[in-house]
Amino acid sequence: MSSDATEVTAGGPAPVDRMAGVAATPGVAKPDPILKAHGVRRSFGGLTAVDVEHLEVQRGTITALIGPNGAGKSTLFNLLTGFDRVDAGEWSFEGRRLNGLGGHRVARSGMVRTFQLTKALTRLTVLDNMLLAAQGQLGERVWGAFLRSGWRGQERANIERAEQLLERFKLLDKRHEMAGNLSGGQRKLLEMARSLMVDPSMVMLDEPMAGVNPALVQSLLGHITALRDDGMTVLFVEHDMDVIMGISDWIVVLAQGQVIAEGRPEDIRADQRVVDAYLGAQHGEPADAEEGR
Amino acid sequence: MDFLYILATAIETAIGPIAAVYALAAIGLNLHFGYTGLLNFGQVGFMLVGGYGVAVSVSTFGLPLWAGVLASIGCAVLLALLLGIPTLRLRADYLSICTIAVAEVARLVYRAEFARDVTGGVYGLQGFASAFYDANPFPRGDYGIGDISFSARDLWMMIAAWGLVLVASVVMWLLIHSPWGRVIKGIREDEEAVRSLGKNVFAYKMQSLVLGGVFGALAGALIAVNQQTITPDQFMPQVTFYLWAMLLLGGAGRTLGPVLGAVVMWFLLTVFDETLRSLAATGVLPFLQGSDVGALRHAMVGLALLLLIVFRPQGIIGNRKEMLVNVK
Repeated sequence: MSSDATEVTAGGPAPVDRMAGVAATPGVAKPDPILKAHGVRRSFGGLTAVDVEHLEVQRGTITALIGPNGAGKSTLFNLLTGFDRVDAGEWSFEGRRLNGLGGHRVARSGMVRTFQLTKALTRLTVLDNMLLAAQGQLGERVWGAFLRSGWRGQERANIERAEQLLERFKLLDKRHEMAGNLSGGQRKLLEMARSLMVDPSMVMLDEPMAGVNPALVQSLLGHITALRDDGMTVLFVEHDMDVIMGISDWIVVLAQGQVIAEGRPEDIRADQRVVDAYLGAQHGEPADAEEGR
Repeated sequence: MDFLYILATAIETAIGPIAAVYALAAIGLNLHFGYTGLLNFGQVGFMLVGGYGVAVSVSTFGLPLWAGVLASIGCAVLLALLLGIPTLRLRADYLSICTIAVAEVARLVYRAEFARDVTGGVYGLQGFASAFYDANPFPRGDYGIGDISFSARDLWMMIAAWGLVLVASVVMWLLIHSPWGRVIKGIREDEEAVRSLGKNVFAYKMQSLVLGGVFGALAGALIAVNQQTITPDQFMPQVTFYLWAMLLLGGAGRTLGPVLGAVVMWFLLTVFDETLRSLAATGVLPFLQGSDVGALRHAMVGLALLLLIVFRPQGIIGNRKEMLVNVK
């Protein structure tokens, strides 16, 4: 992952160009997919929540996952990250199959998610929230915990890295405060910073802008673009169309559990199926139909 | 009414071996609930298997006492696995329902007729701790200051029991102030978030359940050794609730919370008991019989818990600010 990151920042092609020549058709293959899912299906009782025939996510891009309420976006997120079990299908991340792996093992493989309802660990300090996310800590083993000399050095290095990240997300002066005392927007920032502490190659953000005051949205957007510029792949679920159109390199539209369209923002804006999915297919007054064509 | 006598008796109970036993079991509960957020309503079950681990090994199988202590630790680990494997992957409430049931089932199994050859059934087992008292370095006699005095036997027992409490507290402090403790506390706050950061939440919860259970089992072993006799009906569900009362009184999520809670609680209980008893004896309150004192004591524990939750929800040494983070 790190070698990849340097390639991208060292004057590689601009991220948008990564999608050059990719047709805007559902399930289209990408030149360099980091995540590939095939036949992923999940139903709750009689309702099929997710039924994705084929989906690839291009490395080093910001891909948005949109769709009307109940389209299965969050369910697909949960499935891909190991927080829910699929009924059928397989998917791989960086060429490694992830089927049946628990959420913690998916995270360890480099795909880290955040949650729609922010999950700041409220009765831990901001710094502890960050340190918790560091991987491979010797002191996290029950016997290792007693050997202070064994994990002190590691802890110091982690604190340093955590403080750098907190600085970047403008939370450094809050580091000794309980995470529960942060505002909603700050919690979102903390959650994003914390996911970076895992050192992921792909970040999955579940509605990062939900419940954030408008003044903070711009700063959050900046942080998301910065993730891509650092060489990470971002897949995020979002409702706000302006936000999505502004920063996404690629958009995947989900409706009733299926991928009904994907493409660049301009392709999606012009796609009649997307409009139908959002407004309902019966909106067809003559004026609308003409506009669609 | 002799206040000095009441005070001395209360202090004797508060620093006596029984208080130490409860402190040790409450330390285990503190790891479960105070740090990991596991609702364990069956801590008494761990005490039961711990106590019988010693008693059965020594009385029934003729093993030495130290082997008995190892056996009680082994039983606690087994019980924790039995409880944890099916329930720890589920939501928190399932564990709490199972713990209360399993503790009670265990008590009924240990007192059952078919188990009589091993556990002594309802009559329990006796005389298995002589090895411990033979090792008592204190010569016979009474030790103490003023009205507070302990026999050589009690003193030896107190040293063993409070020694174990000290060791357990140090172990807890080291664990909680380590990255391991950070993960455990993270699980208390939100286990999904911790899982999303690459931690095996199930394994951590299991470690916590096992370790806290072992503290409970050691407390049970101490009860057995202290009394030189053990019967299943000492391990009724209310023991667990006494432990909860002590933990909340002292302050959950604090290393010394359960220890302080046990000491203060036993002090208050004894003051209350003795005062009522002497009042009943003098006949000042004609409606009060000596036999009512025991029942009134339970009512007082309830009242005390109620007042505690209203006026000091964080316990004596708990952190109110931390407690109220989620209550906005």
